[in-house]
Amino acid sequence: MAQLAFHNVTLGYDRHPAVHHLSGEVASGALVAVIGPNGAGKSTLLRGIVGILKPLDGSIHLGGLDSRDIAYLPQSAEIDRSFPISVFDFVSTGLWRGAGLFGGIGKAAREKILRSIASVGLSGFENRPIGTLSGGQMQRVLFARVLLQDASLIVLDEPFNAIDSKTTADLLALVKRWHGEGRTVLAALHDLEMVQNHFTETLVLARGPVAWGPTAEVLTPENLMVAMRMCEAFDDTAAACAADDISSRAA
Amino acid sequence: MAYDVLIGPFTEFEFMRRALAAVIALALAGAPIGVFLMLRRMSLVGDAMAHAILPGAAVGFLLSGLNLFAMTAGGLIAGFAVAILAGVVARSTGLKEDASLATFYLASLALGVTIVSIKGTNIDLLHVLFGNILAMDDQTLLVVAFNATITLLVLAVIYRPLVIESVDPLFLRTVSRAGGPAHLAFLALVVINLVNGFQALGTLLAVGLMILPAGIARFWSRDLTAMICIAVVAAAVSGYAGLVLSFQTRVPSGPAIILVATVLYVVSVLFGRIGGIVRQLFPGRHLEA
Repeated sequence: MAQLAFHNVTLGYDRHPAVHHLSGEVASGALVAVIGPNGAGKSTLLRGIVGILKPLDGSIHLGGLDSRDIAYLPQSAEIDRSFPISVFDFVSTGLWRGAGLFGGIGKAAREKILRSIASVGLSGFENRPIGTLSGGQMQRVLFARVLLQDASLIVLDEPFNAIDSKTTADLLALVKRWHGEGRTVLAALHDLEMVQNHFTETLVLARGPVAWGPTAEVLTPENLMVAMRMCEAFDDTAAACAADDISSRAA
Repeated sequence: MAYDVLIGPFTEFEFMRRALAAVIALALAGAPIGVFLMLRRMSLVGDAMAHAILPGAAVGFLLSGLNLFAMTAGGLIAGFAVAILAGVVARSTGLKEDASLATFYLASLALGVTIVSIKGTNIDLLHVLFGNILAMDDQTLLVVAFNATITLLVLAVIYRPLVIESVDPLFLRTVSRAGGPAHLAFLALVVINLVNGFQALGTLLAVGLMILPAGIARFWSRDLTAMICIAVVAAAVSGYAGLVLSFQTRVPSGPAIILVATVLYVVSVLFGRIGGIVRQLFPGRHLEA
């Protein structure tokens, strides 16, 4: 059963495509790595999936999911770290779907929040303001919130950037736990070794899709070369795209 | 002696009691709004909004004289129009909120000054600009108390999305559509409290009883709830002390209140527990862990 289906999706900014004519399906419960050079459209694709960015063309089907059933961890979260809020309160916002505007945080919910903070290894940090955390600790906090969101589709945008190996290992274990629980996970990544060892399916993106399938078949030097050659800059004078259903390699 | 100075004026004169009641209402509602303005880096937005209100108040004044209901209604309309237009433009285009607000409040101010200069007297304008908390009648006091009540109720409703939007706007956008309405409701509360403040302090100083207490609170706590409480207390204390100062000296009441708040602010900057200057100069020996 498809959790996610792309029908000739083009996503972009000011009519310039950043993801060009992408079609395909992600099965429910899949663990998908999205790889490609900077500017390949990885973040754009993920933003399209969670609904922050409307497709310029084509459509994305969420298989009956509400956008609130998706947990999204952006690459550079616009988090105001100077805001006076504790780790506990920050993580508890992950319960928004159940609690909403007025729902109380009862004893059971408090237990859940404490458990998710413990699962990312931050027990004892509950009352610390988020402004006092290190980069790695903040990433752990964000994972704890994703954990609490209890989403069936989890979208992670370069979650291990600038994160040390210990933290990466801990957080990767969480990702694999989500996979084990039957959740669909999509992650934009740069570490090819990690992709090879831990992700079953891979999408190589270079504005257009270069290859998509089982990691072992997709992660070839040829595919990576094609992706690397993709030109990064938009062409300001580009004409309107005439291609309809072909999956073009690059703009 | 101390009784005569600190409490006597309020037992003796009704206008002082009214003024005290008004200033406490302003503190209860305005200070929490000020804390959010500061945390959302919108301190100067409050100031700009205060200017945007002026033309509406002036139109109300020209239409029905020195009637505070008409001026309040005019101020609310002008303020809401500017706040909502600026908010909508910022949300539907790439323009930052401060830039779009600057455009609209300047247009509003220019319009207002034009209206006032065509018709109107200087003395009445002075009242609008600097307010007069010592001339509160029952009606005005009720309006102030009513606005403060509304503010606290609405703030309670939008509190959660407002906090989340301040910390992590992108997250709120992915889980809820409450961010936009909460933001607009917050801007509306800013306007209501500015209008409230200008009855007492005038358009120019109204924002002072919101922003200064918030700035004071920042130096004493890292916890949002505590900051709001500290800001309310600081605003009420400034209001009370300002009234006493104004009564005993010849300092006009509005400026006296803001000057007391300024003194508290300077003390906080110097000796505040969180990032105060003295604390930074003499931090003590570094800890073991």
